[in-house]
Amino acid sequence: MIDRKTALDVVVHCLKETLAQSDGPAPAEITEETVIVGKDAVVDSAGVVSLIVDIEQRLEMEHDVLVTLANDKAMSQKNSPFRTAGVLADHICATIKEGQAA
Amino acid sequence: MVITGSRKGIGRHLAETYAKRGFIVEGCSRGDAGWEAENYTHHNVDVADEHQVRSMIANVSKRHGRIDVVLNNAAIATMNHVLLTPAKTANRMFEVNVTGTMLVCRDAAKVMKRRKYGRIVNFTTIVAPIALAGEAIYAASKSAVVTLTRILAFELGQWNITCNSFGATPIMTDMIKGVPQDKIDAVVNNLAIKRLGTLEDCANVCDFFINPASDNITGQVIYLGGVT
Repeated sequence: MIDRKTALDVVVHCLKETLAQSDGPAPAEITEETVIVGKDAVVDSAGVVSLIVDIEQRLEMEHDVLVTLANDKAMSQKNSPFRTAGVLADHICATIKEGQAA
Repeated sequence: MVITGSRKGIGRHLAETYAKRGFIVEGCSRGDAGWEAENYTHHNVDVADEHQVRSMIANVSKRHGRIDVVLNNAAIATMNHVLLTPAKTANRMFEVNVTGTMLVCRDAAKVMKRRKYGRIVNFTTIVAPIALAGEAIYAASKSAVVTLTRILAFELGQWNITCNSFGATPIMTDMIKGVPQDKIDAVVNNLAIKRLGTLEDCANVCDFFINPASDNITGQVIYLGGVT
């Protein structure tokens, strides 16, 4: 189990890495409100794929947590669980909790 | 190197061959391997089970820190006229052959992405391009594997992961032991090279695809016997 702060730290770290590898302009600061999916997103669709994979891999390697973030439930939600850094951190925690409860 | 369906037949031959050559080979099948070799570790995994695949790939990644090659060989086939094919049989073939292949590709590619290197070979069959009667669902599932592979080549190419398909001609393994000899002969007689395929033919094609020098070979299908 990881706490929300750790989840958010992972999101921010991976988002910075994704932005560093992209050609587009990076925001001055990454916060909970930084948009990942939707209007004003800081990454394109390819960047979102890369980001999600990097987050999963980081959680696995550094926190020994196995989680699939793009699962059935996530992909069918009306509001994307990836839309901002903060929402994504919540999604990470919820997904891990569900996996441990199952 | 991860090889699925490594308990017997082509999968076992490839696992033994590459283990002997010094690859660290991680194989899987639904049951125990029934054989052992240096450099070989077996996992009991149904490739159609998302959790089992995820756990196996995570285990391999944790122990070795990398995955360089995937050979998606695991498949099931039944020879049936379509008018006598139950839905359950058809669904299971698609689950193992298509979804199973996709799941292994997906989870292994996530690991390959870290090092920006990977070689994926997805196994298909000549019965798809030759439209062999009696193999409608099996051939359809393998056609899906070929299309999956062609698109994966584009989706994963940015991370230097190549994805190619290999299609075998009939090879004397358990998979075709139930096929009447006259049907096998009819297929072989229509090949450009009129002989059964061999296990060594399979390794030969895989050698080409997985070679580090083959980094510009992706989205391709190679069939044995002159089939196109």
